[in-house]
Amino acid sequence: MSAVHPTTAAAPAATATAPRGGWRMRALLPAAVAVAAAIAGPLLGPYWADLLVKVMILSIFALSLELLVGMTGLVSLGHAAFYGIGAYATVLGSGADGGNLIVLMLGAMGAAALYALCVGALSLRTRGVYFIMVTLAFAQMAFFVFHDTKVGGGSDGIYLDVRPTLGGLGLESRHVLFYLVLAALAGTYGLLALVRRSRFGAALAGIRVNEQRMRAAGFATYGYKLAAFVMAGALAGLAGSLLAVRDGVVNPELLSWHTSGDVLLMVILGGMGHLRGAVIGAVVFTLLKELLSTHALMGPLADHWQLTLGLTIIVFVAVLPQGLMGLAQRLGPPIGKGGKP
Amino acid sequence: MDIGTFLVQCLNSVQYGLLLFLVASGLTLIFGIMGVINLAHGSFYMIGAYMAFALSPLFGDQFLLMLLAGIALAAVLGYLLEWAFFSYLYQRDHLQQVLMTYGLILVFEELRSLLVGNDVHGVKAPAWLDGSFALGELMSYPWYRLFASAACIVLAVGLYWVVHRTRLGMMVRAGASNRDMVRGLGIDIRRLYRIVFAAGVALAALAGMIAAPMSSVYPNMGASVLIICFVVVVIGGIGSITGALVASLLVGFVDTFGKVFFAEISGMGVYLLMAGILIWRPEGLMGRKA
Repeated sequence: MSAVHPTTAAAPAATATAPRGGWRMRALLPAAVAVAAAIAGPLLGPYWADLLVKVMILSIFALSLELLVGMTGLVSLGHAAFYGIGAYATVLGSGADGGNLIVLMLGAMGAAALYALCVGALSLRTRGVYFIMVTLAFAQMAFFVFHDTKVGGGSDGIYLDVRPTLGGLGLESRHVLFYLVLAALAGTYGLLALVRRSRFGAALAGIRVNEQRMRAAGFATYGYKLAAFVMAGALAGLAGSLLAVRDGVVNPELLSWHTSGDVLLMVILGGMGHLRGAVIGAVVFTLLKELLSTHALMGPLADHWQLTLGLTIIVFVAVLPQGLMGLAQRLGPPIGKGGKP
Repeated sequence: MDIGTFLVQCLNSVQYGLLLFLVASGLTLIFGIMGVINLAHGSFYMIGAYMAFALSPLFGDQFLLMLLAGIALAAVLGYLLEWAFFSYLYQRDHLQQVLMTYGLILVFEELRSLLVGNDVHGVKAPAWLDGSFALGELMSYPWYRLFASAACIVLAVGLYWVVHRTRLGMMVRAGASNRDMVRGLGIDIRRLYRIVFAAGVALAALAGMIAAPMSSVYPNMGASVLIICFVVVVIGGIGSITGALVASLLVGFVDTFGKVFFAEISGMGVYLLMAGILIWRPEGLMGRKA
């Protein structure tokens, strides 16, 4: 591949438009949203509470991919593998008495991180479009393991017979699950915000903008990328684990490449390079999916919501390449020197 | 495994590998020349297979005529798609290419579901290729599969000839190695792109049409082929037709014999092969160092 294709270096201007104010100001909004969710959670009806839990799980999943795509510039199309492995590990590890959820979640993260280590070690030997293909292929391999063998019940998947417990708290109560997922999301968001501010995060940003220069500056970029890949895998495993507890069932569909495509869509829908973009993307994607498959709104097209979703994606790519956050910045007041013309 | 079974499996491997080559060569050309990663390429294979399903009652035993008609339709489709969607993607980064072509897959799959439904359909092989011939004392091999291999070989040779011996092929190769230079030399690169894209779509659709009588026609058949073709392209090296051919045959053999020896985990075989290649030569067998 001698022609230089615009690959990783082409995630432009995301950092250049950092919001004004210190990190205290920036932390204010997400914290306020989290508190609002914590207060509103018990007040919501079952449908909305359930949807909110799903959105929060997907947000963790999207945040984990944002670490790769937005922060490091690695476009992975196989992120569903780690999500699915986390979910399967939770169900397979739960045993007859359900087990302790904290242990199960850590186990799920460990399993996902282990697979991420293997996949990352191999796929990071390539770059650009190769990387996209290789991550997709390895995710498909994991898909086949669960789909074709009896490890996880084959193509039907397996049920979580007994729900794990959280200390003395049972997860049958939807409030317990709600606050657990909210805490996990807050933790993930906080962790990634810390990573962004850390030296490690700065190195990842450097790799995204210009990896060769980072290498020339003496950074062993492979190790940094691998660390980010494993961390993203572990966080996706956490999201998968929570999903398994919420749904009580896992199936190979979780590892399918449609899941990978959807989560990538969430990250980009919100706008890369912002943590809140991933969360916004998860919210918008879920709402979009609900809207497009509502019969009252879409009529007979509701059964074919993927058609409208596909068209939406195409229009979106054509019109809003910077995501919804980019739209907000374009519509918002001019940011001064950092703003793009 | 006796010699007869071995031969049959070898023929199957070659036939599967050659079919993959038809799809993968288009994928690798489109990437090599235009720098576009096209997730919707598997959909063209699917469209081809459904085209065979729709056209075969019309053409009856005129199978070759049907293939020609299908190629023409697919090329027109490719030309239009390039004009409507893909020409906007050349200047965009890979992420947006992935997204838009992902959107296209969803659209194609749902259109397929709207038009034809979600049932699995069989496509009959033409009468003059029905039946099979004896191979050894116990084994036999269907004529149609032999025809499929032969057709793929003819196409592969034709493709090789076009790419390496014609003026158009020269432009294609030049475009793959240095796009800007080709543009600088005054070659109408937009036209070249359109031709290559239409040819890639036609090749994938043709592979689908040839495969339809063997594999039947079913929803999401494009996705599995697409991912295997990615494996082929990674193993062979992006932009290399020869690499795609070698890799397709390799994948064909590994997959077919994997199914014979390790039935349950056979799905993993080709991915492990890819992992091995990545350790040994990350740029692919015939790829140039990036």
